[in-house]
Amino acid sequence: MEHVVDPLIAVKRGARWSEAAAFAVMVAFFLVAPAMVYPVFLMKVLCFALFACAFNLLIGYAGLLSFGHALYFGWAAYVCAYAAKSWHLTPEIAILTGTALAAGLGLVAGALAIRRQGIYFAMITLALAQMMYFFAVEAPFTGGEDGIQAVPRGYLFGVFDLGQQATMYIFVLAVFLAGFLVIYRIIHSPFGEVLKAIRENEPRAISLGYKTDRYKLVAFVLSTTLAGVAGATKALVFQLASLTDVHWSMSGEVVLMTLVGGLGTVFGPVVGAFIIVAMENYLAEFGQWVTVIQGVVFVTCVLLFRRGVVGELANALKIPL
Amino acid sequence: MKNLFGLTMLAGLFAAGAAHAQISDGVVKIGVLNDMSSLYADIGGRGSVLAAEMAVEEFGGKVLDQPIQVISGDHQNKPDIGAGLARKWIDTERVDTIVDVPTSSVALAIQEVTREKKRVFLMSGPASSDLTGKACSPYGFQWTYDTYALAHGTGGAMVKQGGDTWFFITADYAFGHALERDTSDAVKAAGGKVLGSVKVPLNTQDFSSFLLQAQASKAKVIGLANAGGDTINSIKQAAEFGIVAGGQKLAGLLVFLTDVDSLGLKSAQGLTITSAWYWDKDDASRAFAKRFMARNPNGRPPTYTQAGVYTEVLFYLNAIKAAGTDAADRVSAKMRTMKINDFMTKDGWIREDGRIMRDMYLEEVKSPQDSKYPYDYFKVLATIPAEQAFRPLKDGGCPLVKN
Amino acid sequence: MLEALGISAPALFGQLLIGLINGSFYALLSLGLAVIFGMLNIINFTHGAQYMMGAFGAYLLLEHLHLGYWWALIIAPIVVGLTGVIIERLFLKQLYQLDHLYGLLLTFGIALIIQGLFRNYYGSSGLPYRAPAELQGVRNLGFMFLPNYRAWVIVVSLVVCLTTWFVIERTRLGSYLRAATENPSLVRAFGINVPRMITLTYGFGVGLAAFAGVMAAPIYNVSPLMGADLIIVVFAVVVIGGMGSIMGAIITGFGLGVVEGLTKYFKPEASDTVIFVIMVIVLLVRPAGLFGRRV
Repeated sequence: MEHVVDPLIAVKRGARWSEAAAFAVMVAFFLVAPAMVYPVFLMKVLCFALFACAFNLLIGYAGLLSFGHALYFGWAAYVCAYAAKSWHLTPEIAILTGTALAAGLGLVAGALAIRRQGIYFAMITLALAQMMYFFAVEAPFTGGEDGIQAVPRGYLFGVFDLGQQATMYIFVLAVFLAGFLVIYRIIHSPFGEVLKAIRENEPRAISLGYKTDRYKLVAFVLSTTLAGVAGATKALVFQLASLTDVHWSMSGEVVLMTLVGGLGTVFGPVVGAFIIVAMENYLAEFGQWVTVIQGVVFVTCVLLFRRGVVGELANALKIPL
Repeated sequence: MKNLFGLTMLAGLFAAGAAHAQISDGVVKIGVLNDMSSLYADIGGRGSVLAAEMAVEEFGGKVLDQPIQVISGDHQNKPDIGAGLARKWIDTERVDTIVDVPTSSVALAIQEVTREKKRVFLMSGPASSDLTGKACSPYGFQWTYDTYALAHGTGGAMVKQGGDTWFFITADYAFGHALERDTSDAVKAAGGKVLGSVKVPLNTQDFSSFLLQAQASKAKVIGLANAGGDTINSIKQAAEFGIVAGGQKLAGLLVFLTDVDSLGLKSAQGLTITSAWYWDKDDASRAFAKRFMARNPNGRPPTYTQAGVYTEVLFYLNAIKAAGTDAADRVSAKMRTMKINDFMTKDGWIREDGRIMRDMYLEEVKSPQDSKYPYDYFKVLATIPAEQAFRPLKDGGCPLVKN
Repeated sequence: MLEALGISAPALFGQLLIGLINGSFYALLSLGLAVIFGMLNIINFTHGAQYMMGAFGAYLLLEHLHLGYWWALIIAPIVVGLTGVIIERLFLKQLYQLDHLYGLLLTFGIALIIQGLFRNYYGSSGLPYRAPAELQGVRNLGFMFLPNYRAWVIVVSLVVCLTTWFVIERTRLGSYLRAATENPSLVRAFGINVPRMITLTYGFGVGLAAFAGVMAAPIYNVSPLMGADLIIVVFAVVVIGGMGSIMGAIITGFGLGVVEGLTKYFKPEASDTVIFVIMVIVLLVRPAGLFGRRV
C-alpha cells in the first residue's frame, strides 16, 4: 500500500540504533513479564506477534494485502498437531512439518493470486482461504468442529520437557525471536529494497528490469512460511488445533493487529498483537463485544490512525521503528 | 500469585494440604461454562447459571466455613475458547469445578484440562458417550444423558414400531458422530438397516439440500442426529418439502422442552424422545420447576440439563462437606461412594467410568388438544431402568475400568 | 429414463431448484457489488452485513410494527439503503484519494461492528420468519415437491436483476453512471453532480443487498451472521464473472448456483468448495474473469 510509511523515515537507514534499542526493550519485556503476567497469555501474544510480523512483510513491505492469511496459520497448526499427536514426532519436527505445508500452500496460492492486482489479489486470497476452511471442516484428520485435541507438547529435541511451563515459554520466545530476526534481515536486504520499490511504484520497478511477479511470489512464500511457524507453535502452546485457526475472522484479526500496530514498521505488528490479544483477554468475560470493538478499531485506524501506534511514534520521534 | 514459581509453590501446598481438612484458596468457586448466545443457549445458557446459584443458596452459601461463588462464561461452542477459559479460570481465578458444558467437542477438551489440572468436571450438558468411554477421567462425571441412552431408547422404540430403514442427518462434530454411531448400532441390533447419512456443519440454517438427500434415500426413518436450533430447523424445513407428507418419519434423537416450545405442539406432536427428567414428573419436580420459573427471565420451566446443574452442584457441595476438603481426588472418591437421591434421581449412583446411573424416560410429545396447561408437553410412555439405559461398563473402553 | 441412469428425479430437481435459489442470491449480491465497485472502486465488504440488515428489517417490521412481508420488501431496502448513504457520506468519502485497499478494510470494519452488535443483541442462532400466507404451501409437480415461496424467489430475482441491467445499460441515467465510472471529471464538467450520483449508487447497491435479505428471511431464518460466509462466496462469483459487465454478474451468479446444486446431488461433500475450485480454474485460464474487460 503506497504512502503508508513516511518516505523520509524509511530513507534514514543510518538511524538503526532506534531499532536496536527497541529490540532490546522488547526482549527485556518478554523475559521479565512472565513474573507479573499469566505466561499462557504471553505465549499467545508471541505466536500472534510472529503471525502479524509475517503478514506485515507482505503488506507493509511488498504492498500486497492478503486477506486469507489464516489459511497458512491454521493449516500449519493442524499438521503440526497431527504430527505431534498421531505420528508422535518431537515438537521441533512437528513445527517444521507444519511450516513446510504452509510454505507449499503459499507457493500454490501465491502463484494463483499474483495473477491479479490490488483488490482482486485480496479477494482471491480470501476466497482460497475460505475454500481451505471448508476443506478443513470436511477432512477427517482435522476433526472438524472438534479440532485436534490433547496435542502432546512432547520433548524438545527429545530432551527438554515442554510440558513444563517455563521451558515451553523459553522455547516459544526463542521461536518468535528467530522468526522476527529472519524478517528483520529480509526487510533490510537488497531483496527487501526491491520489494519496497515494487510497493511504491510497480511499473517503474518493471521498467528498471525487475521481474516483479517473481519477487512478489518469493515475498508471499516467505510470509506464509513464517505464518506457518506461528500457527504450528500456537498448536503446541494450546495443545489444540481447531477451525477457529482457519476461519476468515482469524485472517481479519491479523490484519487488525498489523493495522493497529503500524503497517510497514518493524515493531508495529508486535505491539499490535499485544494490544489486540490483551483486549480480547480483558473482554473475554463480555464475550460478544470483542467483534464490535475490533470493528470500531478497524474503522478508527483506517480513518484517523493509519500509521498505527508504532507508526505514529516513529513519525513523532522521526526515527525508524 | 501469578508467577510460575508461585504456581509451583501452590501446587506443593496443595499436595501437602490434601492430608487435612481445608478448602484451597479460601473459596469454593463453581464455573458454569456453556453456550450463552448460539443454538444451545436455550437448553442451558443463563438458565444453568440460575440453577447453580439456586443450588448454592439451597446449600446455605457456605461449605466448611468458606464461601461459595458461581461464575460463568460463554464457550461459543468452540473447543479452543472453552479450553482457554477453563484454563484461565483454573490457573488464575481459583475455580474448583467446571459445570454444564454442552457441545461434546468442548466437553472433550475440558475433560483434558480438568484431568491435567485435577479439577472436578460435572457434565450435565454434553451427550457424547465417549466422555465415559475412551475419554473417561477420574474427575469427570456425566450427570444426565448420553448418546447411548438416547440411541437405544428412541432408536429401539422406533424400530419396534416398524421403522427399520434409517438415514441420518448428522451434526458434524463429536456429539453428532457419537449419536449417529450409537443409534446405528441400536438400529442394527434391533434388526434394522442404515441406508446412509449426511454430515451437516453446526448451526446450519438451511437444511433443504440435506433433507432432499434423505428423501431420495427412501428410508422409513430420517434420524436427526443433532440438537437445539439444528433440530428445530430440520423439522420445520422437512415439512416445507413434504417429507412427512411423503410417508417418511422424523426421529428427533435429542429434543428438549425448549425445542418443543419453539416448534409448537402442532409441528412437534407425536415425536418420541428419550429424556432424563421432566418438570411435571411428580410433586417434588413441580416444586423445583415453580421456583425456577419464577426467576427464569424467559419464564420457561427447567430443561433436564438445567435441573442437572442444580442437582449436581448440590451433590458436589455435599461431597465436599463429607470429604472435609475440596481437593479433586478426595471429592471424586467420596462422590463415588454416595447415593444420589433428589427430585431428579432416585437411588442413583456413580459408576467407575464417571457415568451417573439414573432411570431414563421414554416420552411422547402431546398433541395440542391433549395439552391442558402451559408447558404440558410430554406423555411418559415408559421408564427405562438405569442398568438398561446406559452402555454396559465393560463395553466403554474406559481405561479406569479394571477388567 | 432418469431412473435408469440411477438418477432420482425428485432429488435431482430438488437440488437444482435449491441451486437456482442460491444462484438468485449470488446474482443479486454480486450485482450490487459490481455496481458499487464500478462506480466507487470500493469492494463493499459490508454487503453481507447489509443483506443481513435487510432480513432483520423484515423480522423487526413484523415483530414490532406488525408489518408483513410485502411491506418489508419495500421498506427494508429503503431504510438499509439510507444507512448505506450515511456510511458513504461519513466514511467512504474520505478514502477516495487513498489506496483502494483502505476501502476494503473500512467496510470490513463496519461489517464487524454491525454483525457484532446484532449478535450481541439477538444471539447467533436463527430467528424464524414465515413466508407470507399467499406464498406458503407446496405444489406437487409429480417429479418433485415445489415450495411456492422458493419459486417466487427465483422469479423476483430474475426480474430485479434484468431490470437493473436494463436501467444501467439502456437508459440515460445508466449511461451517466457508466460515463462517470470511466471519467468522473469529464462528466462533472458536463454539469452532472457526480458525488451525488456516487452516493445514490452506493445506496442503491446496498438497497439491493437488503432486498435480497428480505427475500432470504423465510428460507434461511434471520441470523446475525447470515451474510458473513455468503459474502466470501459472492467475492468468488465476482472474480469468476469479472467486474466488467452487469449481465456477466447476473449470468455467473445464477450459473454458479446451478453448478453448486448439481454438485450437491452428485458429490455433496464438494458442494461448499466447488465455486472456489471453479474460481481457481478460471484464474488459471482466463485471469480477467469470464466476462471481464479489465485485468
